[in-house]
Amino acid sequence: MTAWIGRRLPRAETRRLVAGRGRYVDDQAAARGGGGESHAAFLRSPYPHAEFHFTDLEAARAMPGVDAVLTAEDLVGVCRGWTCPDLVYPGLVSPEQHPLAPGRAAYQGEPVALVLASTRAEAEDAVERIAVEWEGLPACTELASALEPGAASVHPGLASNLGWSTQLGTDLDAVFAAAALVVEAEIGFARVTGVTLEPRGLVARWDPSVGALELRISHQMPHQLQLHLAELLGVDQARVRVICEDVGGGFGLKMHVYQDEMAACAASKLLGRPVRFIADRMESLMADIHAREHIVRGRMAVDAAGRILGFDVDDLQGLGAYSIYPRSSTREALSALHAVGAPYKFGHYRARLRCALQNKVPTGQLRAVGHPIGCAITEALVEAAARARGEAPLAFRRRNLLAGADQPWTSPSGARLFGLSHHACLERLEAMLAGVDAEVAAGRAAGRCLGLGVAALVEFTAPGARSYGASGAPVAAMDSVAATLEMSGEVTVRASVSELGQGIRQGLAQVMADAMGVDAGRVHVTSGDTQAVPHGGGAWASRGAAIGGEAAWRAGVALKAVVLRAAAALLQTVPERLRVEAGRVLDEAGQDRMGLDEIARIVTLRGYELPDGVQPQLSVTAAYRREQDANLPNNGIQACLVEVDRDTGMVRVLRHWVVFDCGRALNPLLVEEQVRGGVVMGLGEALWEACEYDAAGQFVSGTLADYRVPMSAEMPDIAVALVETPYEGSVVGAKGAGEAGACAAPAAALNAVNDALAEDGVVMTALPITPLAVLRALGRV
Amino acid sequence: MKAPRFDYARPSTVEVALELLAEHGDAAAVLAGGQSLMPLLNLRMAAPGLLVDINRMAGLDGIGAEGDGLVIGAMARHTDVMAHPLVAARAPLLVQALGHVAHAAIRNRGTLGGSLALADPASELPACMVCLGARIVTRSLAGKRVHEAGDFFHGLYATARRADELVVRVEVPGMPGWRQVFLEVARRHGDYAIVGLALAVRGAEMRAAFCGVEPAPRLLRSAEALDGLEPMASDDAPPEYRRHLARVLLRRGLAHG
Repeated sequence: MTAWIGRRLPRAETRRLVAGRGRYVDDQAAARGGGGESHAAFLRSPYPHAEFHFTDLEAARAMPGVDAVLTAEDLVGVCRGWTCPDLVYPGLVSPEQHPLAPGRAAYQGEPVALVLASTRAEAEDAVERIAVEWEGLPACTELASALEPGAASVHPGLASNLGWSTQLGTDLDAVFAAAALVVEAEIGFARVTGVTLEPRGLVARWDPSVGALELRISHQMPHQLQLHLAELLGVDQARVRVICEDVGGGFGLKMHVYQDEMAACAASKLLGRPVRFIADRMESLMADIHAREHIVRGRMAVDAAGRILGFDVDDLQGLGAYSIYPRSSTREALSALHAVGAPYKFGHYRARLRCALQNKVPTGQLRAVGHPIGCAITEALVEAAARARGEAPLAFRRRNLLAGADQPWTSPSGARLFGLSHHACLERLEAMLAGVDAEVAAGRAAGRCLGLGVAALVEFTAPGARSYGASGAPVAAMDSVAATLEMSGEVTVRASVSELGQGIRQGLAQVMADAMGVDAGRVHVTSGDTQAVPHGGGAWASRGAAIGGEAAWRAGVALKAVVLRAAAALLQTVPERLRVEAGRVLDEAGQDRMGLDEIARIVTLRGYELPDGVQPQLSVTAAYRREQDANLPNNGIQACLVEVDRDTGMVRVLRHWVVFDCGRALNPLLVEEQVRGGVVMGLGEALWEACEYDAAGQFVSGTLADYRVPMSAEMPDIAVALVETPYEGSVVGAKGAGEAGACAAPAAALNAVNDALAEDGVVMTALPITPLAVLRALGRV
Repeated sequence: MKAPRFDYARPSTVEVALELLAEHGDAAAVLAGGQSLMPLLNLRMAAPGLLVDINRMAGLDGIGAEGDGLVIGAMARHTDVMAHPLVAARAPLLVQALGHVAHAAIRNRGTLGGSLALADPASELPACMVCLGARIVTRSLAGKRVHEAGDFFHGLYATARRADELVVRVEVPGMPGWRQVFLEVARRHGDYAIVGLALAVRGAEMRAAFCGVEPAPRLLRSAEALDGLEPMASDDAPPEYRRHLARVLLRRGLAHG
């Protein structure tokens, strides 16, 4: 049955993309007719917080090629404002946002005016001519002091900058007081962002003759965006078509309601002409969502036998100026707190969360949402406990990792844990690490500063409908697949899950191949068009294989049933006596009776050959939502070997190992590469990446020379091994795979550096770990 | 991120280029490899009235021997300098240093003259020229001037080159018997140096010049001379950090090989 699922096949579209035939948004040819296309450029606030008014727009309007210069008041009545009222987070403070800020900008980079011109260069020329009077207001950017009395107000009239707060778990002071060992850790996480090769961008075409919008956009979830556009622009949903052809990376960046994108769409509606907006790298780094700005303090209690008793964590999260719509910015922190302790068995849990508004770009969901934070604090505590007890970190973990017999288990943090293979993964990792301890010891004896760090992970993937449905956000947890048998015998699949470069279309092709009984190369998967397939979630929270894959399976099974009924009618037998293999219908004796191509041709072209009453539907649509299990936990463990240069503070990653269980791996080749990509992203967070603001609140990471993504020269070999524990609640058995690499890599790297520096009595407590911070910790600078 | 409007000229001879520079002065910007100027234009941090593209001027990219030294044309691309056997033999410091300059795609375009004329304080090549005691030759309609490298770099992006002049070539003296080494600390391979060291050593003699420490490289002839450094300050690299790295690199350079 599983001839194709589990095979290491390259993505079908690799050849096209490598040949430069990708169709990203900016590859869209300019619109013909209809009054030509306008290129958008934004005037963005240069201040983190300022009131402003325009003193002259006419000079900009008079510039060559300019079609329009728009400000907030021009878009009143064209596009509504929005807030982020999250039913799950009552009291969440997030003032109304508008496509263009009306009179006050609350973060640097917030769009305040929009120029439309014949070219982007002309639009930028005109932006420079907009005359604005800015009145800088006190700004709050630093997280540590954002909730202190006397901190500048992020918005006028706020009693404080507290955006939301909560307490989770139960009192555990008595447990900690009686514990044999209590370890503590604090980690500051710098803001980071996702750096997609293709920036955000769109071509919006409003057709005034029918009142319809066609939007081509680089986005993760066309169906969700269709709902937002319909609501905010006041258009019938069916008159909004969202098309995402090739999408050059998402990472969670391309799924929010952005002011600039709404402004561009509103401008197209207002002016009745196509509008093209392609974010440049500077505005991407400045105005795409940021993520992961947290200061986390944790304590862990351990009994005399070395068993974890409980976790006590305090998280201060930087939200930015607004809670991002519609998913909210608080969700990341709750995800982080949910992930605390998740790989381990423990009895007590308490968490305190405070989310602080800041005059910075809003934060949102970035690959592995919150999990890297929960993982890092947990694993820092685990290593600290092992060190305090004088035992090997892996031995401490073996004692405490949730065993198979413990599952299913609902942890004190409310996490439901099942199907996790921690101990199998640990054994596999130990085998991969054979000899490394000796290598480290020999290196240290020779004066090298080597460190090995480990981190276990659980990631909660593929959430079900309660996750966002209950919060009132229009985020679908189901997905749809439409499958058609073509007359060539090929199967065309249109899917509501989105391809962002992660390879899910290839995974779906392999599922469909097995479900239908055709070769994977005969299955052609498209996605990213609201007009092609009914509603579905798109790409978020590692759901493509677990949910989209299940929908594909159902569509394939349904289509095969149609085909077998038609074949049975033609062959004067019953479907039960037939089967499909490699695109051929075989009988019980294994005799090849006819091809799927022939069936499709008869049904479509020579229907008179079919008996009366037989009306085969060669297109079927299947939707899938998981009815049980709020989400699907996956698990894994990573190790990282680093060398620290005590003279320069530089950290070099020598090797990295991953053992990972994502249930059934549709395509292990693609899973492994997703894991490697996630590890690279995680190592970037650990050692290089940071969205930095100076003391005046000015963003200073606006180019790729300043925002340091890891480059291949810095990356180690990353060994990946897969353990497969299929999810028992679905047919295919897949769990999420695309984000887990990013969950544990920062923790493993942090632990490795701290292992290297342990003999110096130094503990690094901030990510990224900069060479200057290392030297300061060592007292060398 | 599109460049502001500018006029564009692409002279095919040095003479025409010099006439344009004489006429436009500070309003003109010389486009050589463009690896710094093009980003500055696109970020709208530079807005020259005229761009003088010297990429089609013949005869400025030669690399040859002169005495026991080298003459390198201003338009020699980094990648060609790096691969040239004469450079490897007579100024191995340059080959080592260019390995730290950005990435292959940038080295394919970037030029020696462009890097020296820009005088980015973090740039490797100005420090190399000071270490090697090179002479930088500029030309204007008024004639040729020869600058000792130690006198050419005046500070942040400031040199002895006048607005009507082109850097046309660099003369690198032979340094037989000197061991040359370039060392650098950068966050990622190819990043701008936090601190880089160009060092030549012969017996007890040393010639050292740093990039990333002071606004312009200067020749240091002893380890004690480092005490007189006045390092630049930035948020991510305060002076004491740069001074520390300078000392570390010099120690390593002297111990090297």
